[in-house]
Amino acid sequence: MSMALSVEGLKVYYNTEKGAVRAVDDVSFDLARGESLAVVGESGSGKSTLGLSLIRALPKNATVVSGRVFIDGEETLSLSLQDFRRRYSWKVISMVFQGAMNSLNPVLKVGDQVAEPLIYSGSADKDEARRRAMDIIEMVGLPREFYHRYPHELSGGMRQRVAIAMSLVMNPKILILDEPTSALDVTIQAQIMNLVKDLMERLGLSVIFITHDLALASDIADRIMVMYGGQIMELGSIERVIGEAPKHPYTEKLLASIPRLRSEGIPEFIPGRPPDLSSPPPGCRFHPRCPYAFDKCKSEEPPLFNVGGGHLSKCWLHGE
Amino acid sequence: MREVIRLESVKKYYEVRSGLLGSKTLKALDGVTLSVGMRETVSVVGESGCGKSTLGRVSIRLLDVTSGRVLFKGVDISKMKEEELREQSFRKKMQIIFQDPYSSLNPFMRLGEIVAEPLEIHGYGKEEIRESVSRALEDVKLVPPEEFVNRYPHELSGGQRQRVNIARALVLGPEYIVADEPVSMIDASSRAEILLLLKSIRDQRGMGVLYITHDIATARYVSERIAVMYLGEIAETGLTTSVLKTPIHPYTILLLNSVPEPDPNNRRRRRLVIKGEPPSPLNPPSGCKFHTRCPIAMERCRAERPVLREYLPGHFAACHRAEEIISGAVSVA
Repeated sequence: MSMALSVEGLKVYYNTEKGAVRAVDDVSFDLARGESLAVVGESGSGKSTLGLSLIRALPKNATVVSGRVFIDGEETLSLSLQDFRRRYSWKVISMVFQGAMNSLNPVLKVGDQVAEPLIYSGSADKDEARRRAMDIIEMVGLPREFYHRYPHELSGGMRQRVAIAMSLVMNPKILILDEPTSALDVTIQAQIMNLVKDLMERLGLSVIFITHDLALASDIADRIMVMYGGQIMELGSIERVIGEAPKHPYTEKLLASIPRLRSEGIPEFIPGRPPDLSSPPPGCRFHPRCPYAFDKCKSEEPPLFNVGGGHLSKCWLHGE
Repeated sequence: MREVIRLESVKKYYEVRSGLLGSKTLKALDGVTLSVGMRETVSVVGESGCGKSTLGRVSIRLLDVTSGRVLFKGVDISKMKEEELREQSFRKKMQIIFQDPYSSLNPFMRLGEIVAEPLEIHGYGKEEIRESVSRALEDVKLVPPEEFVNRYPHELSGGQRQRVNIARALVLGPEYIVADEPVSMIDASSRAEILLLLKSIRDQRGMGVLYITHDIATARYVSERIAVMYLGEIAETGLTTSVLKTPIHPYTILLLNSVPEPDPNNRRRRRLVIKGEPPSPLNPPSGCKFHTRCPIAMERCRAERPVLREYLPGHFAACHRAEEIISGAVSVA
């Protein structure tokens, strides 16, 4: 059976005054049906750009330099944008954008905003669209009457539920969530996480969960993909990467930097700062901050080594 | 331990216009008592709107209190005039570090100028300024200082900018610092660096620190004591180890339950969450303010406001059912 989504050798560069910024630089991975994959990285790691490129919503100054994206086995980057939007956007793959809860139109009822894709695409008339929007509003845990509310009448958590409802109204199979809880209080975050888990089960969604928070990632993901400087550093099942131990020094140090509530030990930090992607360091991009770096790391870029059980790690410590 | 700051029954009310002619009272702080000792860090934890930032600002007289007292080393500064605050050096002795390291530094000023500014305002001489700036930059590990003084904020990472903010707060030699969410906008890999730095500077200089955060997990590493706030009141306070190990107040218990940990066993498990959202502080619930979301609220909780009482050594909670919770007779989570 084909994967829900397959990405092969994707490179996305931004054109800037300083030259090309290699935001996503040769990224390949699969997303199985019904699977949840967490994409974890710090700001500037390329995780949001990756998400946007999958739904063909990159900003104007970004270019897909190379690579292929298969959805349900069909290559989608070569489709015309019009074709992609008609056949895939919202219907097959959709995204809850970062900060979506603050991007709702303030002068439109939230229900009309949820119903909009249905009407725009011609897949439902007004009454039908309204009914379906109410259904989906109810499914994300809000009362049906909230259809008639305006964004300013809702709290942050409620607006985030509306943003999730908008992404689901056309029954997509694949959902990308970009930092869906980063602006919310931890108690509301826990509510939204429970909701996402419910929706995944109920709708059989395949999910890409983009976050900077390794703890949150392990709360939801089957597999975890750790990005740094536009590249995958480590990819593996959550049991192997978090449950046992990370194989890549970056993941190891990132995990060690998380303050723990329920275990001893003092969090560490990673000295230095993320690389400038207009002129990334030679060799391994993490080598300037890596405590284990040796000569080879400074000159040769390591491949993604298979360290067993489909667990990948891009580090020379694993061999030649 | 000597106290550097003590808040006594502090209230901070705002009149908020509502409707055409009416106005309502927003009780941002509704009777808060809290102290911070020398060489001590106290964390104030709570969700947005709970009053924690107001508390920090009131404690250094960036805001005036509506009632209650603010004592700096025993001297009531809550009603002191601005000139007096300056003349008696209270303004130098109390400093604040803000949340956002991106908007709190003037982009057109060099780091040296930014850190020197407070000293210039307080009329220090050139040589003294140069030395203090240098020492402050060294304290926050922006070394060598000669190299950093000529840089501009945009050349720095978020973590480095926040260290500039800390340096600026340090140059006047404060005895009390409010750190208002100092790491919430910084990348995860650098957070621990800032927190550990704050701790070591506190120890070196013997300051008191009020650490305001929404992230209770970080509070564990930096503070000796914790105060958990809900809708302008302290729900629970005590030694950090005691509060985290044996939380009493249902709000604290559920708040701790909401914090994710990197553990694959949590995957797909539903968390027990606090239902709904905090009520509006314009129209807070009667009795215990948490009763509308509390899973074990009783009739009494709706009618009678609980007071903070010491249930475990140095560990206070404001809950009518505290004894039952501690004995295990009722369970919240």
